[in-house]
Amino acid sequence: MYLYDDFDRTLVAERVAEFRDQVARRLSGELTEEEFKPLRLMNGVYLQLHAYMLRIAIPYGTLSADQLRMLAHVARRYDRNYGHFTTRQNIQFNWIKLAELPDAMADLARAGLHGMQTSGNCVRNITTDQWAGVAPDEIEDPRIWAELLRQLTTLHPEFSFLPRKFKIAVTAAAHDRAAVRVHDIGLRLHRNGAGEAGFEVIVGGGLGRTPFVGKTIKPFLPKRDLLSYVEAILRVYNQFGRRDNIYKARIKILVHDLGAEAFAKEVEAEWQPIKDGALALDPAVIADVAARFRYPDYAALDDNPPELAKARAGDRRFAHWLDNSVANHKLAGYAIVTLSLKPEGAPPGDATAEQMDAIADLADRYSFGEIRVGHEQNLVLPHVAQRDLPALWRALDKIGVATPNIGLVTDIISCPGLDYCSLANTRSIPVAQELTRRFRDLDLARDLGRLHINISGCINACGHHHVGHIGLLGVEKNGEEYFQVTIGGRADENAELGALLGPAVPYGEVADVVEDVVAAYLELRARPDEIFLETVKRVGVEPFKERVYAAR
Amino acid sequence: MTSPLQQKLKITGPVVITANRLGDGAVVYRTLDGGWTTRLGEAAVVSTAPAASELLTAATADDIGAVGAYVAPVRLEPDGTVRPGNLREIIRHAGPTIALPASLGL
Repeated sequence: MYLYDDFDRTLVAERVAEFRDQVARRLSGELTEEEFKPLRLMNGVYLQLHAYMLRIAIPYGTLSADQLRMLAHVARRYDRNYGHFTTRQNIQFNWIKLAELPDAMADLARAGLHGMQTSGNCVRNITTDQWAGVAPDEIEDPRIWAELLRQLTTLHPEFSFLPRKFKIAVTAAAHDRAAVRVHDIGLRLHRNGAGEAGFEVIVGGGLGRTPFVGKTIKPFLPKRDLLSYVEAILRVYNQFGRRDNIYKARIKILVHDLGAEAFAKEVEAEWQPIKDGALALDPAVIADVAARFRYPDYAALDDNPPELAKARAGDRRFAHWLDNSVANHKLAGYAIVTLSLKPEGAPPGDATAEQMDAIADLADRYSFGEIRVGHEQNLVLPHVAQRDLPALWRALDKIGVATPNIGLVTDIISCPGLDYCSLANTRSIPVAQELTRRFRDLDLARDLGRLHINISGCINACGHHHVGHIGLLGVEKNGEEYFQVTIGGRADENAELGALLGPAVPYGEVADVVEDVVAAYLELRARPDEIFLETVKRVGVEPFKERVYAAR
Repeated sequence: MTSPLQQKLKITGPVVITANRLGDGAVVYRTLDGGWTTRLGEAAVVSTAPAASELLTAATADDIGAVGAYVAPVRLEPDGTVRPGNLREIIRHAGPTIALPASLGL
């Protein structure tokens, strides 16, 4: 966990007091909505279809058990007993009252939580690998760099009114679990030929109306230069990014229009004068931030303890969960456990207050009090002793978060859609729910293997449909809900945008179409372990298109 | 961005003025007497652009009662019952089409 200091606590407390005053002035009529809106947005408060929504930042997806308990408390006390974990590692409460928001924020502040950087045209909450610090394939903990960037960008006066919102993601692992290539800035920590660690800097990625995979403008940036280089990128964007057209305002449009090379030159020119200035990272500063990440006092344990093997042999359901939801930890004797927030028939990413409390207790008991949130809208217990896995599984199963469907067809990423969101054209959650029913047979899901479905209820792409292996985009046609289907997208280190399958299909046929796509895959795959993406790559879109549209 | 008042209203059928209540964001409809109600049946229903414009102007001026007022289509049943005119308004009126997690017994 990262330990906040007095500076952080004071900043959050002052922010709550300021917002309390702003809300009081709004309720009394002293502030108009036009004046108040930008102020509430700077604190993560949106107005949706039915109510206000509060989005709370979970920096780099790391939560303590006490923070999760506080989120449960807010769900219970101020909302309707649940929260929604988002595709950017945050949490949203959908039914919060304006008059109660300051009290809710004061409660959250006691746990070091707030809504800054979750809305508005600023640098948003920095995201990273949910396995940061424990993944065997990472070269070091990327959260140290995410935290340094958080400190740089939080309430940064120069970057609080950018042309548009700005999203940064960091990974330090060989396998990219943070989707860095589809962010405004993606940072990939890796080693160069000399064995030194530095960043590949990728810019101009993004989804939404005009999707792009980011371009690398710096293959290797020394660590000391991270903050100055990011600042230079932000300055170039702030200066040249378009403010005349909201749909062309993201940095991806600027990078595309200028060309990556010309954009890189602009950044270089901006960077040279500042690179050795105040933002050059002193090793002592890096060490200080790194030292504030406290790691558990792990015990010396062996892998594969006998009690685990015994439990695996004795219970098929446990064995399936172990194979699906438990991953290797960098330390012997420990494991990373993913908790599925995608049970059959439930909205993806939702957790009740009771579940949050129970997970917090289990984190205290089995994971050194730490929980992670992944952009796939699941939770993670990152430090579980392998010998504890059978007991943990029983407890997780009891509260409905042990469905062994991680990375499978029912592990669906979905935006809230028209059931909540005022921007949406169509509903998303009911489509996800129907698909979890259609593919409820876990033997079939396992046979299908890795298959990610992403659903967005509008072109803003909060469900990241462009990078779903199967992507579903809701569009409105003459007042009716339709869905465009793409296949072959991916968000990992080989990020690619999906290809359109054909004409949009009516809402009522979406699940049938997905079943047809899956049936085509089963017929087309060269061997049982050729995953969906590999089949699409090998045979192209056409055979899938024929299968889906022949009968329509 | 053009404000709702500057936009030329095109009215092709019965409409109401709707917004979100300031205090809790609840969906509300403008009434004939210049108030707000959560019941669609009590909303002022008009069918001409000048009438809608007049209602909208007054609703928008009431910045402390409700937020983001706009013109929304409605459907009138033969018995006079007022129904929301499109899916977005149906969902705003009746709430999410899904069961909320806390009621799923999770």
